[in-house]
Amino acid sequence: MDEKPEIYLDNGATTKVDVRVVEAMIPYFLKYYGNASSLHHKGAEARNALNDARQVIADRINADNDEIVFTSGGSESDNLAIRGTSHALKDKGNHIITTTIEHPAVLETYKQLGKEGFEVTVLNVDNDGMLDLDKLRSAIKDNTVLVSIMHANNEVGVVQDLEKIGEICAEKNIVFHSDCVQSLCKVPINVKQMNLSLAAFASHKLHGPKGVGALFVKRGTKLYRQIYGGSHELGLRAGTENIPGIVGFATAVSLWTDDDVERITSLRDKLMTGLLEINDTELNGSRESRLCNNVNISFNFIEGEGILLHLDKNGICASTGSACSSQSLDPSHVLLAINIPHSKAHGAIRFTLSRETKEEEVDYVLKVMPNIVNELRGLSPIKNNEDLAEAEKMKFDDHH
Amino acid sequence: MYIDEYSDKVKDHFFHPKHNGKLEDADGMGKVGNPKCGDVMELFIKVEDNKISEIKFQTFGCATAIASTDALCELAKGMTLEDAEKISKQDIVDYLGGMPAIKVHCSILGEEALREAIKDYRSKGKT
Repeated sequence: MDEKPEIYLDNGATTKVDVRVVEAMIPYFLKYYGNASSLHHKGAEARNALNDARQVIADRINADNDEIVFTSGGSESDNLAIRGTSHALKDKGNHIITTTIEHPAVLETYKQLGKEGFEVTVLNVDNDGMLDLDKLRSAIKDNTVLVSIMHANNEVGVVQDLEKIGEICAEKNIVFHSDCVQSLCKVPINVKQMNLSLAAFASHKLHGPKGVGALFVKRGTKLYRQIYGGSHELGLRAGTENIPGIVGFATAVSLWTDDDVERITSLRDKLMTGLLEINDTELNGSRESRLCNNVNISFNFIEGEGILLHLDKNGICASTGSACSSQSLDPSHVLLAINIPHSKAHGAIRFTLSRETKEEEVDYVLKVMPNIVNELRGLSPIKNNEDLAEAEKMKFDDHH
Repeated sequence: MYIDEYSDKVKDHFFHPKHNGKLEDADGMGKVGNPKCGDVMELFIKVEDNKISEIKFQTFGCATAIASTDALCELAKGMTLEDAEKISKQDIVDYLGGMPAIKVHCSILGEEALREAIKDYRSKGKT
């Protein structure tokens, strides 16, 4: 690689759209541009495409095609699921449960429902990021109506055991929702085996276009619509369907194979093992129950923003849990929830691989990373754990 | 912070700091911050004729903190202690060609460390 390479390892944020997806979408801009609600043949073309796409998503998760509602993406799906059921089941009970490591699309929605009078329980997870099932069991009360627990975590890649969680919810006859935005096509999802009532998906995390998502709604689930208007999408989501986007989403889903997941997993392991060979590094999140494309490592004694700038200078895109990289100046709530100390959360870097990640790209990261770490550690007054312990005794300034 | 929000000068001081390191025979040393908030800074000075003749720093912190401290050292070198004490965070921000408001606090620690180092020097009775 003579020129500065472009190595995109931030696929947890979003992915490059597969060229085959783009090709599948183009006719739905230029030729089959009808409105799926129209009576004429242009409408029928759009309607057919919509139904085919619905079937593709349904088949992938062992659902029926009348159980898929297309939305604008993961956040809308989570909002529809959580707000929609909570309000629909208000007469039955007002207690809703989730975890500390959810995506803001879930956590902020729960927070808002708290303000609207719902009783909210946010369960802690262990240091690996896994939910203790007994904790869930004992949190459930007579008035609990909804449990929302994400499948794969976007920051540390921890994959929860949805089948066991679903069993508990089914026993108690409670609606179970899961944010599956990161896991679709990467971890098998079977809504029947997992006893899911609701599950949120997004297209752009799996080489599909942005602005499209879906919500699985098990037949018979009581749900209030969040967007009022026409009777599109089973009457649950008004608005003219984004046919090109939906076709792109379904195409992207249909392209994923088990071989892809296997190949990404082995590249992930190479990257993870190689990076952990650098001194004073720690993997964040479970090693065993982990998304196939997620590596999240703390590089101790240095800070993530600086690492990201050096990576970017080398053409590598990644992300960090550091406070200084965020607009809020708070370190990642997920890293703090799994008890990573502040000083180590600041040095956490997330690399997320995709179907397009190549082995030589992983090799390149492994080549440049030790130099970056050495350079930044050279600037740091903290060289080892003793220095760190010493520095942590210093007065806690309020300059933040 | 987004990469396109860094001025060229901030990037230059971050990637190529001129004053990084330790002075083993420093006349004054200041250490401030806490790793919990993501910043720890050590600043070393040598003083000749009431002027800062040498100045070095080490920072555990974000890119802006590193760049700001390096810039501070650049400004302070050769100054009298009285003038160096007066360097404000705004002086540093101006010297670096500005930075988003949310990052200005990252340059505060450098000033604090410098004042501590001067205090340390004076407390040794060498004035």
